[in-house]
Amino acid sequence: MSTTTDRPATPSQAATVLMVAEREILAQVRSKSFLISSGVLLLAVLIAIILGGVLPGQDDAGTKVAVVAASAEVVDGVDALDPVDAADAEAARELVRSEEVEAAILPDDDPDNVLGFTVVGRTSAPSDVLGALSVTPPVELLEEPETPFEVRYLVSLGFGLIFMMSAMTFGSTIAQNTVQEKQSRIVEILLSAVPARGLLAGKILGNSVLALGQTAAIAAVAVVGMVVTGQDELLGMLSMPVVWFVLFFLVGFVLLAAIFASSASLVSRIEDTGPVLTPVMMVTMAPYFLVVFFNDNPLVLTIASYVPFSAPVAMPVRLFLGEAAWWEPLLALGVLAVSTVLVIALGARIYERSLLRMGGRVRVTEALRSA
Amino acid sequence: MLQLEGVHRSFGDRLVLDDVGFTVQRGRLTGFVGGNGAGKTTTMRIVLGVLAADSGTVTLDGAPLGDEGRRRFGYMPEERGLYPKMRVREQLAYLARLHGYDRGAAAARADDLLERLGLAQRANDAVEELSLGNQQRAQIAAALVHDPEVLILDEPFSGLDPMAVDVVVGVLAERAARGVPVLFSSHQLDVVERLCDDVVVIAEGRIRAAGPREQLRDQFAEPRYEITSAGDMGWLRSEPDVSVVAFDGGYALFDADAATAQRVLRTALDHADVSAFGPVRPTLAEIFRDIVRDEVPSEQDTADERTRPADLEKEPVR
Repeated sequence: MSTTTDRPATPSQAATVLMVAEREILAQVRSKSFLISSGVLLLAVLIAIILGGVLPGQDDAGTKVAVVAASAEVVDGVDALDPVDAADAEAARELVRSEEVEAAILPDDDPDNVLGFTVVGRTSAPSDVLGALSVTPPVELLEEPETPFEVRYLVSLGFGLIFMMSAMTFGSTIAQNTVQEKQSRIVEILLSAVPARGLLAGKILGNSVLALGQTAAIAAVAVVGMVVTGQDELLGMLSMPVVWFVLFFLVGFVLLAAIFASSASLVSRIEDTGPVLTPVMMVTMAPYFLVVFFNDNPLVLTIASYVPFSAPVAMPVRLFLGEAAWWEPLLALGVLAVSTVLVIALGARIYERSLLRMGGRVRVTEALRSA
Repeated sequence: MLQLEGVHRSFGDRLVLDDVGFTVQRGRLTGFVGGNGAGKTTTMRIVLGVLAADSGTVTLDGAPLGDEGRRRFGYMPEERGLYPKMRVREQLAYLARLHGYDRGAAAARADDLLERLGLAQRANDAVEELSLGNQQRAQIAAALVHDPEVLILDEPFSGLDPMAVDVVVGVLAERAARGVPVLFSSHQLDVVERLCDDVVVIAEGRIRAAGPREQLRDQFAEPRYEITSAGDMGWLRSEPDVSVVAFDGGYALFDADAATAQRVLRTALDHADVSAFGPVRPTLAEIFRDIVRDEVPSEQDTADERTRPADLEKEPVR
């Protein structure tokens, strides 16, 4: 009488994980808030890149100087100066007075003036113009130039921000889904079909794919933006660190995802997630603040580049700055991978044991101890 | 046959299940009734393996239940649980796939059930957009979508209108007829009375009565009779060995042993025409009330217990 005959076989663990991951991804990709926030993020990156390319470009346009026919050749070939033709000396002086130009360059017949021209300023000697016109001897540098502070800062900020935002977004998604499943008790239905570990693995896989996808999209937008705005040089310097960043990100995100999921599984209601997630949030934000505040402190950066939580940001920054030896990222990645495996093992234990405990908050020690 | 034996469970110092044992027969609908906090949900969660028992066994056809066996259970938790933002149809198909059905079969099963439960038109709505009654139907569909071999439903009828109750009853009866043991809890005693084959009554964590519905009614029946006569039944009050429970002109409800009852009938026939006479069997609600009322004296030392919110029983750990 029973219906066992047409019952399908239990799906394999891998198949289950894929199904859970697929649901996580679809649920997220279909949510309007996710699409909008991703769109805004990509747009923001694009705008930042374009501004970054255009703003310095305006400075390169050169300082405006008024010239008359006889002095035009002086400015010829000087990139930093942008000549504005004036009809005569008086018109050129007028342009200076009205501040339309920085200075005027006028011919000078005085035999004492070997240069044969004078620079007319308004209230003080126009140093930009003087600098551009002065003769400098050739310079030989014995060492590679240090990365300028702004670039250093911006690149650190970029890596830190992307990591933090992705990890926070998808980490909290994992946490939310976990609590929501507990709160709605669908977890009781799910667990009759899927082992807790399969559920956890599927969640981590699904959200990692999303996080990586979003990060890849950001990287693509950044690369296209840099190429279009002609910042190829910076791009060249960034390419290797970006590859490492993606590698570190992948492992680092899985680490955080496991922590997010197991922390969230300790509570039964969305309202209770705050306290349990605070430590995870801090760990997620730490690398951002580290690299932003300490990007010129090699010691702090070196330590941070080996600590699993901050390595995904700190190591690519060090690589970008050229401060890391070739083997360092490999070692750091190894450290990160090992800690990720350990954390997942521990996290799965907590997750498995607290998933069905409703009501108050489960203490970590309790979850680890009880069978 | 699903069987529970000697199941105990405490939350902290509080013993919520005390030696719970009963059976759920194949092919029969078994109603599980009890007051708030009596231990229904805890018992069901233990059957499902969602909660562990401190002691005792749960067996299916004599074999202990493992995770693999429980995969073939269909469960409807008391707190309705589905993904609020997921479409009903997809959600059901997802659950079926987790149980091993391929994409096509899973979708077909989902459609089939939605049709059967009258939800076909809402198939592509998100669960949170459904009315409560429809969410309830979706929840029942979720418990049935993998063609379970055992069905455990916690309050499947709460929030359903009478038509929906009939639809759900139809679906459950159909499963039972296929040999599936069906256990469901309900506080709607009239519904349980109407459709259950077997009844299990739990109070204060102990099983108070269990067995086929009619047998229970007989068992709890007091020697009570009712009679309707064309004349006035006032003389019944002076009749020896009779205690009148209710009286209204020609109608009387009275307690008496069988011989006395027959004597009353003969006397009544001498007085006037009798249009109805017969023993009165208690309704399930009355049995239930009797059982629970019996509890009251023993409860006085733990009076605060009963005033606690019902969901305390689901709060295992602090």
